[in-house]
Amino acid sequence: MAELDVQVVATDHAVWQGKARSVRGRTVEGDMGILPGHTPVLALLGQGELVIEPTEGPTVTAQVNGGFFSVDSDQVTIVADDADLS
Amino acid sequence: MGAQIRVYRQKIKSTSSMKKIFKAMELIATSRIGKARARAAASTPYAEAITRAVAAVARENDVEHVLTQRAENPKRAAVLIMTSDRGLAGAYSTNVLKRSESLLARLAANGIEARPYLYGRKAQAFYDFRSREYDKVWTGNTDNPEVEVAREMGTLLVDRFSQDTDEGGVDELYLVYTEFESMVKQEPVVRRLLPLAVTESDEDSPVVPYYEFEPDAEEVLDELLPRYIESRIFSAMLEASASELAARQRAMKSAADNADDLIRKYTLLRNNARQAEITQELSELIAGADALSSS
Repeated sequence: MAELDVQVVATDHAVWQGKARSVRGRTVEGDMGILPGHTPVLALLGQGELVIEPTEGPTVTAQVNGGFFSVDSDQVTIVADDADLS
Repeated sequence: MGAQIRVYRQKIKSTSSMKKIFKAMELIATSRIGKARARAAASTPYAEAITRAVAAVARENDVEHVLTQRAENPKRAAVLIMTSDRGLAGAYSTNVLKRSESLLARLAANGIEARPYLYGRKAQAFYDFRSREYDKVWTGNTDNPEVEVAREMGTLLVDRFSQDTDEGGVDELYLVYTEFESMVKQEPVVRRLLPLAVTESDEDSPVVPYYEFEPDAEEVLDELLPRYIESRIFSAMLEASASELAARQRAMKSAADNADDLIRKYTLLRNNARQAEITQELSELIAGADALSSS
């Protein structure tokens, strides 16, 4: 099964990196879910929760306050100003 | 008598206590470089991601944005100069300031008014001493820069750039900092940050993805570009801090070596003086004894 290659970075450090089944985040216009095979997207993140479901292990949630994310051939890059894993 | 020996003893003592300071500074710098480089490395994924995104937007759209617009004939330029807060780093700050001076001279020759923005107490001291004007100064943490400062700089400078020239805005933004090439090589460089030159380097990406934008391309760009500037400034700060520490380590290493040489030299001189004193005392004694026995 296809999987997403996810990378979460904050301004001064990498927050999380790994394979995931799905990513869900809040953009400025509403929630957005990403599954493998998603069309390339560049979206602005609003304030809210980012939920990553890794292929292995428990769900990862992070509080994100502004930033953007890009999806490009199953490569998901989330660039956040302040991201805290919780 | 004995005065010379005392002088040499004093010199040896003060030199060895200075040597202790140099050694300590060198060790501190060495231990911090690792951290500074790690921080610089940790910030690269962010910078890369942002650069990629900006390039992606630029590729698909004719970028019409305030930050990419080049002024017909620029009148004013902001120059952000990054030096260190503290000295004892060899020529580190001097080199950056020298580089900035030549940039300012070039701007002046082209009829562009330069507005200096300073980072680091050394730059501030340089400008204050010459009673030259500057727009703003940030000091405090040049060897361990903070994201917040970079953000503040980014916001301020982007604001200045967005303003009309007639209202005090600037047409160009230059950044002067020290690039960290390796532990032994750091080079002061000038980079033009604004107006942005979004260069297309897509020869190595055969499949050009067509992005969808959310909410739309313009707004994404609006959000991306200031962030891009910020990230450029922040990585410059991190590189400058690594360079500062490397320069300090090198300066302190050679200072400690010089102190060693001096101590060796003074020890020799001291021994010579002591021997001379003994010889003289002996010859005086013998001369005295001779005088007594011959009388």
